[in-house]
Amino acid sequence: MSEAPSSEPRPSPPASVTLPAGPEAVPLVPELLISDLLRYGVLISLSLVTLGTTVTFFRHPDYLVSSEALERLTAPHPVPHGLADVVAGAMAARGQSFVMAGLLVMMAVPVMRVALSLLIFRQQKDRLYVAITTAVLTLLLVSFLVGAAEG
Amino acid sequence: MTPFLFTFVVLGFSIGAGLLGSLLGIGGGLILIPVLTLLLKVDIHYAVGASIVSVIATSSGAAAAYVRERMANMRVAMFLELATTAGALTGAFLSGRVGGRGVYLVFGAVMAYSALVMLRRMNSTQVAPVPEDALADRLGLHGSYWDESTGREVDYRVTRPLAGLGLMYVAGTVSGMLGIGSGALKVPAMDLTMRLPLKVSTATSNFMIGVTAAASAGVYFARGHIDPFIAGPVCVGVTLGAWLGSRHLMAKMNASWLRALFVCLLLWVAFEMLRKGWSS
Repeated sequence: MSEAPSSEPRPSPPASVTLPAGPEAVPLVPELLISDLLRYGVLISLSLVTLGTTVTFFRHPDYLVSSEALERLTAPHPVPHGLADVVAGAMAARGQSFVMAGLLVMMAVPVMRVALSLLIFRQQKDRLYVAITTAVLTLLLVSFLVGAAEG
Repeated sequence: MTPFLFTFVVLGFSIGAGLLGSLLGIGGGLILIPVLTLLLKVDIHYAVGASIVSVIATSSGAAAAYVRERMANMRVAMFLELATTAGALTGAFLSGRVGGRGVYLVFGAVMAYSALVMLRRMNSTQVAPVPEDALADRLGLHGSYWDESTGREVDYRVTRPLAGLGLMYVAGTVSGMLGIGSGALKVPAMDLTMRLPLKVSTATSNFMIGVTAAASAGVYFARGHIDPFIAGPVCVGVTLGAWLGSRHLMAKMNASWLRALFVCLLLWVAFEMLRKGWSS
Protein backbone atom coordinates (compact mmCIF):
# COMPACT_ATOMS: atom_id res chain seq x y z
CA MET A 1 0.00 0.00 0.00
CA SER A 2 2.42 2.50 1.13
CA GLU A 3 1.55 6.00 0.20
CA ALA A 4 -1.57 5.35 -1.80
CA PRO A 5 -3.45 8.59 -1.47
CA SER A 6 -7.06 7.56 -1.40
CA SER A 7 -9.73 5.96 0.60
CA GLU A 8 -9.26 2.59 -1.05
CA PRO A 9 -9.20 -0.70 0.82
CA ARG A 10 -5.85 -1.68 2.23
CA PRO A 11 -4.21 -5.06 2.82
CA SER A 12 -6.52 -7.93 2.06
CA PRO A 13 -9.97 -6.57 2.69
CA PRO A 14 -12.71 -9.07 1.91
CA ALA A 15 -12.44 -9.16 -1.85
CA SER A 16 -15.90 -10.52 -2.44
CA VAL A 17 -17.57 -7.44 -1.00
CA THR A 18 -15.90 -5.00 -3.39
CA LEU A 19 -16.11 -7.04 -6.57
CA PRO A 20 -17.97 -5.32 -9.39
CA ALA A 21 -21.43 -6.63 -10.03
CA GLY A 22 -21.43 -6.38 -13.84
CA PRO A 23 -20.61 -9.08 -16.37
CA GLU A 24 -16.98 -8.48 -15.33
CA ALA A 25 -17.78 -9.76 -11.86
CA VAL A 26 -15.73 -12.92 -12.32
CA PRO A 27 -12.08 -11.89 -12.26
CA LEU A 28 -9.79 -13.33 -14.87
CA VAL A 29 -7.66 -16.24 -13.74
CA PRO A 30 -4.28 -14.41 -14.03
CA GLU A 31 -5.53 -11.69 -11.69
CA LEU A 32 -6.68 -14.29 -9.18
CA LEU A 33 -3.37 -16.13 -9.33
CA ILE A 34 -1.37 -12.95 -8.71
CA SER A 35 -3.71 -11.85 -5.94
CA ASP A 36 -3.38 -15.20 -4.14
CA LEU A 37 0.39 -15.22 -4.54
CA LEU A 38 0.61 -11.79 -2.90
CA ARG A 39 -1.80 -12.65 -0.12
CA TYR A 40 -0.32 -15.99 0.92
CA GLY A 41 3.25 -14.77 0.46
CA VAL A 42 2.67 -11.99 2.98
CA LEU A 43 0.92 -14.35 5.40
CA ILE A 44 3.73 -16.90 5.34
CA SER A 45 6.33 -14.19 5.82
CA LEU A 46 4.58 -12.59 8.77
CA SER A 47 4.09 -15.99 10.43
CA LEU A 48 7.80 -16.72 10.16
CA VAL A 49 8.68 -13.31 11.60
CA THR A 50 6.31 -13.77 14.55
CA LEU A 51 7.53 -17.30 15.23
CA GLY A 52 11.15 -16.16 15.05
CA THR A 53 10.61 -13.28 17.46
CA THR A 54 8.95 -15.60 19.97
CA VAL A 55 11.78 -18.11 19.70
CA THR A 56 14.33 -15.33 20.22
CA PHE A 57 12.88 -14.29 23.55
CA PHE A 58 12.67 -17.89 24.73
CA ARG A 59 16.31 -18.44 23.92
CA HIS A 60 17.57 -15.13 25.30
CA PRO A 61 15.83 -14.60 28.62
CA ASP A 62 18.34 -11.83 29.36
CA TYR A 63 16.63 -9.73 26.65
CA LEU A 64 13.73 -9.36 29.07
CA VAL A 65 15.78 -7.69 31.76
CA SER A 66 19.09 -6.34 30.46
CA SER A 67 19.13 -2.92 28.87
CA GLU A 68 22.74 -3.22 27.74
CA ALA A 69 21.66 -5.78 25.18
CA LEU A 70 19.58 -3.11 23.49
CA GLU A 71 22.54 -0.84 22.86
CA ARG A 72 24.24 -3.71 21.09
CA LEU A 73 21.14 -4.22 19.02
CA THR A 74 20.36 -0.68 17.88
CA ALA A 75 23.89 0.58 17.18
CA PRO A 76 25.55 -0.37 13.89
CA HIS A 77 26.53 -4.03 14.06
CA PRO A 78 26.90 -6.97 11.72
CA VAL A 79 23.68 -8.80 10.86
CA PRO A 80 23.42 -11.95 8.74
CA HIS A 81 23.31 -10.75 5.17
CA GLY A 82 24.15 -13.75 3.07
CA LEU A 83 21.70 -16.42 2.06
CA ALA A 84 24.03 -19.06 3.51
CA ASP A 85 24.18 -17.30 6.91
CA VAL A 86 20.41 -17.12 7.11
CA VAL A 87 19.89 -20.77 6.15
CA ALA A 88 22.56 -21.95 8.60
CA GLY A 89 20.96 -19.89 11.36
CA ALA A 90 17.50 -21.21 10.63
CA MET A 91 18.84 -24.77 10.72
CA ALA A 92 20.29 -24.09 14.15
CA ALA A 93 16.83 -22.82 15.16
CA ARG A 94 18.11 -19.37 15.96
CA GLY A 95 15.14 -17.06 16.32
CA GLN A 96 16.63 -14.08 14.50
CA SER A 97 17.36 -16.27 11.51
CA PHE A 98 13.70 -17.28 11.34
CA VAL A 99 12.80 -13.60 11.40
CA MET A 100 15.33 -12.96 8.65
CA ALA A 101 13.96 -15.87 6.63
CA GLY A 102 10.50 -14.33 6.97
CA LEU A 103 11.81 -10.98 5.78
CA LEU A 104 13.48 -12.70 2.84
CA VAL A 105 10.19 -14.38 1.91
CA MET A 106 8.65 -10.90 1.98
CA MET A 107 11.34 -9.57 -0.38
CA ALA A 108 10.81 -12.55 -2.65
CA VAL A 109 7.04 -11.98 -2.99
CA PRO A 110 7.28 -9.14 -5.55
CA VAL A 111 10.01 -11.01 -7.41
CA MET A 112 7.74 -14.05 -7.68
CA ARG A 113 4.90 -11.80 -8.76
CA VAL A 114 7.01 -10.51 -11.66
CA ALA A 115 8.06 -14.06 -12.54
CA LEU A 116 4.42 -15.14 -12.55
CA SER A 117 3.51 -12.18 -14.79
CA LEU A 118 6.25 -13.30 -17.15
CA LEU A 119 4.65 -16.74 -17.44
CA ILE A 120 1.24 -15.18 -18.01
CA PHE A 121 2.45 -12.82 -20.76
CA ARG A 122 4.25 -15.73 -22.32
CA GLN A 123 1.12 -17.80 -22.37
CA GLN A 124 -0.72 -14.89 -23.97
CA LYS A 125 2.06 -14.77 -26.60
CA ASP A 126 2.59 -11.08 -25.87
CA ARG A 127 6.18 -10.69 -27.08
CA LEU A 128 6.59 -7.03 -26.18
CA TYR A 129 5.51 -7.58 -22.59
CA VAL A 130 7.54 -10.75 -22.27
CA ALA A 131 10.57 -8.58 -23.08
CA ILE A 132 9.58 -5.80 -20.67
CA THR A 133 8.87 -8.25 -17.85
CA THR A 134 12.14 -10.09 -18.43
CA ALA A 135 13.99 -6.78 -18.13
CA VAL A 136 12.25 -5.96 -14.83
CA LEU A 137 13.01 -9.42 -13.46
CA THR A 138 16.65 -9.06 -14.49
CA LEU A 139 16.91 -5.70 -12.71
CA LEU A 140 15.46 -7.28 -9.56
CA LEU A 141 17.93 -10.18 -9.61
CA VAL A 142 20.79 -7.78 -10.35
CA SER A 143 19.87 -5.77 -7.24
CA PHE A 144 20.47 -8.82 -5.05
CA LEU A 145 23.70 -9.80 -6.81
CA VAL A 146 25.24 -6.34 -7.18
CA GLY A 147 24.26 -5.46 -3.63
CA ALA A 148 26.14 -8.53 -2.44
CA ALA A 149 29.21 -7.66 -4.48
CA GLU A 150 29.25 -4.10 -3.18
CA GLY A 151 28.42 -4.91 0.43
CA MET B 1 14.93 -0.08 27.85
CA THR B 2 15.33 -3.82 27.46
CA PRO B 3 15.23 -5.50 24.04
CA PHE B 4 11.91 -7.08 25.02
CA LEU B 5 10.34 -3.74 25.79
CA PHE B 6 11.96 -2.23 22.71
CA THR B 7 10.31 -4.84 20.51
CA PHE B 8 6.90 -3.96 21.90
CA VAL B 9 7.47 -0.22 21.68
CA VAL B 10 8.51 -0.60 18.03
CA LEU B 11 5.54 -2.87 17.40
CA GLY B 12 3.20 -0.33 18.96
CA PHE B 13 4.56 2.60 16.97
CA SER B 14 4.45 0.49 13.80
CA ILE B 15 0.79 -0.39 14.30
CA GLY B 16 0.11 3.31 14.83
CA ALA B 17 2.05 4.26 11.71
CA GLY B 18 0.24 1.63 9.64
CA LEU B 19 -3.14 2.79 10.94
CA LEU B 20 -2.46 6.45 10.36
CA GLY B 21 -0.93 5.70 6.98
CA SER B 22 -3.96 3.82 5.79
CA LEU B 23 -6.32 6.52 7.07
CA LEU B 24 -4.41 9.29 5.33
CA GLY B 25 -3.52 7.34 2.24
CA ILE B 26 0.21 7.54 2.70
CA GLY B 27 2.69 4.86 3.64
CA GLY B 28 3.81 3.89 7.07
CA GLY B 29 7.45 4.60 6.17
CA LEU B 30 7.10 8.35 6.08
CA ILE B 31 5.75 8.30 9.65
CA LEU B 32 7.82 5.46 11.03
CA ILE B 33 11.33 6.49 9.99
CA PRO B 34 11.22 9.77 11.97
CA VAL B 35 9.86 7.88 15.01
CA LEU B 36 12.60 5.26 14.83
CA THR B 37 15.42 7.73 14.30
CA LEU B 38 14.39 10.82 16.26
CA LEU B 39 12.58 9.11 19.13
CA LEU B 40 14.13 5.66 19.49
CA LYS B 41 17.62 6.64 18.29
CA VAL B 42 17.89 3.82 15.79
CA ASP B 43 20.64 4.27 13.20
CA ILE B 44 18.99 5.74 10.09
CA HIS B 45 20.28 2.99 7.83
CA TYR B 46 18.55 0.31 9.93
CA ALA B 47 15.40 2.42 10.06
CA VAL B 48 15.38 2.69 6.28
CA GLY B 49 16.08 -1.05 5.90
CA ALA B 50 13.22 -1.95 8.25
CA SER B 51 10.84 0.46 6.56
CA ILE B 52 11.52 -0.86 3.06
CA VAL B 53 10.48 -4.39 4.04
CA SER B 54 7.28 -3.12 5.67
CA VAL B 55 6.57 -1.19 2.48
CA ILE B 56 6.67 -4.47 0.55
CA ALA B 57 4.29 -6.04 3.06
CA THR B 58 1.63 -3.35 2.98
CA SER B 59 1.92 -2.82 -0.76
CA SER B 60 1.53 -6.52 -1.49
CA GLY B 61 -1.42 -6.81 0.86
CA ALA B 62 -3.21 -3.86 -0.73
CA ALA B 63 -2.29 -4.92 -4.24
CA ALA B 64 -3.81 -8.37 -3.67
CA ALA B 65 -7.20 -6.67 -3.31
CA TYR B 66 -6.71 -4.15 -6.13
CA VAL B 67 -5.71 -6.85 -8.61
CA ARG B 68 -8.73 -8.91 -7.71
CA GLU B 69 -10.98 -5.93 -8.39
CA ARG B 70 -9.11 -5.28 -11.66
CA MET B 71 -8.47 -1.73 -10.52
CA ALA B 72 -4.70 -1.83 -11.02
CA ASN B 73 -3.51 -1.58 -14.62
CA MET B 74 -0.96 -4.38 -14.81
CA ARG B 75 0.46 -3.39 -18.18
CA VAL B 76 1.10 0.20 -17.12
CA ALA B 77 2.60 -1.16 -13.90
CA MET B 78 4.96 -3.55 -15.65
CA PHE B 79 6.07 -0.91 -18.15
CA LEU B 80 6.76 1.69 -15.46
CA GLU B 81 8.49 -0.83 -13.23
CA LEU B 82 11.33 -0.76 -15.73
CA ALA B 83 12.05 2.76 -14.49
CA THR B 84 11.19 2.34 -10.81
CA THR B 85 13.44 -0.69 -10.32
CA ALA B 86 16.32 1.02 -12.12
CA GLY B 87 15.70 4.09 -9.96
CA ALA B 88 15.47 2.02 -6.78
CA LEU B 89 18.85 0.47 -7.52
CA THR B 90 20.33 3.92 -8.09
CA GLY B 91 18.80 5.22 -4.87
CA ALA B 92 20.00 2.31 -2.75
CA PHE B 93 23.54 2.87 -4.00
CA LEU B 94 23.34 6.62 -3.48
CA SER B 95 22.27 6.13 0.13
CA GLY B 96 25.48 4.17 0.72
CA ARG B 97 27.53 6.96 -0.82
CA VAL B 98 26.03 10.04 0.81
CA GLY B 99 25.83 8.65 4.36
CA GLY B 100 23.31 9.37 7.09
CA ARG B 101 23.45 13.13 6.81
CA GLY B 102 22.47 13.22 3.16
CA VAL B 103 19.65 10.76 3.81
CA TYR B 104 18.23 13.06 6.51
CA LEU B 105 18.37 16.06 4.19
CA VAL B 106 16.68 14.33 1.24
CA PHE B 107 14.12 12.78 3.57
CA GLY B 108 13.20 16.17 4.99
CA ALA B 109 12.83 17.64 1.51
CA VAL B 110 10.67 14.76 0.22
CA MET B 111 8.54 14.92 3.33
CA ALA B 112 7.88 18.62 2.89
CA TYR B 113 7.02 17.97 -0.74
CA SER B 114 4.61 15.15 0.19
CA ALA B 115 2.87 17.49 2.60
CA LEU B 116 2.32 19.97 -0.21
CA VAL B 117 1.01 17.23 -2.51
CA MET B 118 -1.51 16.25 0.15
CA LEU B 119 -2.52 19.85 0.55
CA ARG B 120 -3.08 20.18 -3.19
CA ARG B 121 -5.18 17.04 -3.29
CA MET B 122 -7.56 18.47 -0.72
CA ASN B 123 -9.01 20.78 -3.36
CA SER B 124 -8.22 19.16 -6.69
CA THR B 125 -10.07 19.39 -9.99
CA GLN B 126 -9.85 17.52 -13.31
CA VAL B 127 -10.73 17.13 -17.04
CA ALA B 128 -9.45 18.24 -20.51
CA PRO B 129 -9.23 15.57 -23.23
CA VAL B 130 -6.37 13.07 -23.21
CA PRO B 131 -3.98 13.65 -26.15
CA GLU B 132 -3.34 10.76 -28.55
CA ASP B 133 -0.08 8.91 -28.06
CA ALA B 134 1.33 6.38 -30.53
CA LEU B 135 3.64 4.69 -28.05
CA ALA B 136 0.85 4.25 -25.52
CA ASP B 137 -1.19 2.59 -28.30
CA ARG B 138 1.73 0.36 -29.24
CA LEU B 139 2.20 -0.68 -25.61
CA GLY B 140 -1.51 -1.28 -25.17
CA LEU B 141 -1.65 0.77 -21.98
CA HIS B 142 -5.28 1.88 -22.22
CA GLY B 143 -7.76 0.16 -19.97
CA SER B 144 -11.01 0.28 -18.12
CA TYR B 145 -12.21 -0.07 -14.56
CA TRP B 146 -15.46 -0.66 -12.75
CA ASP B 147 -16.77 2.50 -11.16
CA GLU B 148 -18.69 1.63 -8.03
CA SER B 149 -20.41 5.00 -7.65
CA THR B 150 -21.92 5.11 -11.14
CA GLY B 151 -22.20 1.34 -11.47
CA ARG B 152 -20.63 1.02 -14.91
CA GLU B 153 -17.36 0.21 -16.64
CA VAL B 154 -15.28 3.33 -17.35
CA ASP B 155 -12.82 3.32 -20.26
CA TYR B 156 -9.73 5.47 -20.05
CA ARG B 157 -6.81 6.32 -22.31
CA VAL B 158 -3.20 6.80 -21.32
CA THR B 159 -0.73 9.32 -22.70
CA ARG B 160 2.94 10.41 -22.42
CA PRO B 161 4.39 7.03 -21.32
CA LEU B 162 7.97 8.27 -21.70
CA ALA B 163 7.44 11.26 -19.43
CA GLY B 164 5.89 8.84 -16.96
CA LEU B 165 8.92 6.60 -17.26
CA GLY B 166 11.23 9.54 -16.45
CA LEU B 167 9.23 10.58 -13.39
CA MET B 168 9.10 6.97 -12.20
CA TYR B 169 12.87 6.80 -12.31
CA VAL B 170 13.00 9.75 -9.92
CA ALA B 171 10.31 8.18 -7.71
CA GLY B 172 12.26 4.91 -7.69
CA THR B 173 15.47 6.70 -6.71
CA VAL B 174 13.77 8.44 -3.79
CA SER B 175 12.14 5.19 -2.74
CA GLY B 176 15.44 3.29 -2.81
CA MET B 177 17.29 6.01 -0.98
CA LEU B 178 14.79 6.57 1.82
CA GLY B 179 13.09 3.22 2.21
CA ILE B 180 9.62 4.61 1.56
CA GLY B 181 7.10 3.65 -1.11
CA SER B 182 7.07 7.19 -2.54
CA GLY B 183 3.47 6.84 -3.69
CA ALA B 184 3.28 10.62 -3.20
CA LEU B 185 5.55 10.86 -6.25
CA LYS B 186 4.15 7.93 -8.21
CA VAL B 187 0.48 8.81 -8.10
CA PRO B 188 0.86 12.36 -9.52
CA ALA B 189 3.13 10.97 -12.27
CA MET B 190 0.35 8.65 -13.42
CA ASP B 191 -2.60 10.84 -12.54
CA LEU B 192 -1.38 14.22 -13.82
CA THR B 193 1.17 13.28 -16.49
CA MET B 194 -0.11 10.02 -17.95
CA ARG B 195 -3.72 10.91 -17.23
CA LEU B 196 -4.84 7.68 -15.62
CA PRO B 197 -7.92 8.08 -13.42
CA LEU B 198 -6.98 8.79 -9.81
CA LYS B 199 -8.42 5.51 -8.55
CA VAL B 200 -6.48 3.53 -11.12
CA SER B 201 -3.32 5.56 -10.40
CA THR B 202 -3.61 4.80 -6.71
CA ALA B 203 -4.20 1.09 -7.26
CA THR B 204 -1.42 0.80 -9.83
CA SER B 205 0.98 2.75 -7.62
CA ASN B 206 0.32 0.29 -4.82
CA PHE B 207 0.86 -2.60 -7.14
CA MET B 208 4.21 -1.20 -8.30
CA ILE B 209 5.54 -0.17 -4.91
CA GLY B 210 6.25 -3.75 -3.85
CA VAL B 211 8.50 -4.39 -6.83
CA THR B 212 10.27 -1.04 -6.46
CA ALA B 213 10.87 -1.70 -2.78
CA ALA B 214 12.08 -5.24 -3.44
CA ALA B 215 14.78 -3.90 -5.77
CA SER B 216 16.21 -1.62 -3.10
CA ALA B 217 15.59 -4.15 -0.32
CA GLY B 218 17.95 -6.50 -2.16
CA VAL B 219 20.75 -3.96 -1.88
CA TYR B 220 19.99 -3.13 1.76
CA PHE B 221 19.91 -6.81 2.67
CA ALA B 222 23.23 -7.50 0.99
CA ARG B 223 24.71 -4.52 2.81
CA GLY B 224 23.48 -5.84 6.18
CA HIS B 225 21.11 -2.94 6.82
CA ILE B 226 18.02 -5.08 7.25
CA ASP B 227 18.23 -5.98 10.91
CA PRO B 228 15.72 -8.69 11.89
CA PHE B 229 15.50 -7.26 15.40
CA ILE B 230 14.12 -3.96 14.11
CA ALA B 231 12.61 -4.95 10.77
CA GLY B 232 10.67 -7.87 12.29
CA PRO B 233 8.38 -5.92 14.64
CA VAL B 234 8.14 -3.04 12.15
CA CYS B 235 6.97 -5.37 9.40
CA VAL B 236 4.35 -7.12 11.51
CA GLY B 237 3.17 -3.89 13.14
CA VAL B 238 2.74 -1.78 10.01
CA THR B 239 0.87 -4.56 8.21
CA LEU B 240 -1.41 -5.11 11.18
CA GLY B 241 -2.07 -1.39 11.53
CA ALA B 242 -2.78 -0.90 7.84
CA TRP B 243 -5.11 -3.87 7.85
CA LEU B 244 -6.99 -2.61 10.89
CA GLY B 245 -7.22 0.84 9.34
CA SER B 246 -8.62 -0.37 6.05
CA ARG B 247 -11.00 -2.76 7.66
CA HIS B 248 -12.51 -0.93 10.57
CA LEU B 249 -11.93 2.76 10.37
CA MET B 250 -11.90 3.79 6.75
CA ALA B 251 -15.60 4.17 6.14
CA LYS B 252 -16.42 5.93 9.36
CA MET B 253 -13.95 8.76 9.28
CA ASN B 254 -14.15 12.02 7.51
CA ALA B 255 -10.46 12.49 7.07
CA SER B 256 -10.29 16.06 5.84
CA TRP B 257 -9.58 17.83 9.14
CA LEU B 258 -7.28 14.98 10.08
CA ARG B 259 -5.50 15.49 6.80
CA ALA B 260 -4.98 19.19 7.45
CA LEU B 261 -3.61 18.42 10.88
CA PHE B 262 -1.34 15.85 9.40
CA VAL B 263 0.04 18.22 6.78
CA CYS B 264 1.18 20.48 9.64
CA LEU B 265 2.72 17.50 11.42
CA LEU B 266 4.53 16.43 8.25
CA LEU B 267 5.96 19.92 7.75
CA TRP B 268 7.18 20.04 11.34
CA VAL B 269 8.85 16.61 11.10
CA ALA B 270 10.35 17.58 7.74
CA PHE B 271 11.88 20.58 9.48
CA GLU B 272 13.26 18.37 12.29
CA MET B 273 14.79 15.93 9.81
CA LEU B 274 16.37 18.76 7.81
CA ARG B 275 17.80 20.29 10.97
CA LYS B 276 19.23 16.95 12.06
CA GLY B 277 20.82 16.50 8.63
CA TRP B 278 22.18 20.02 8.74
CA SER B 279 23.74 19.89 12.17
CA SER B 280 25.01 16.30 12.37
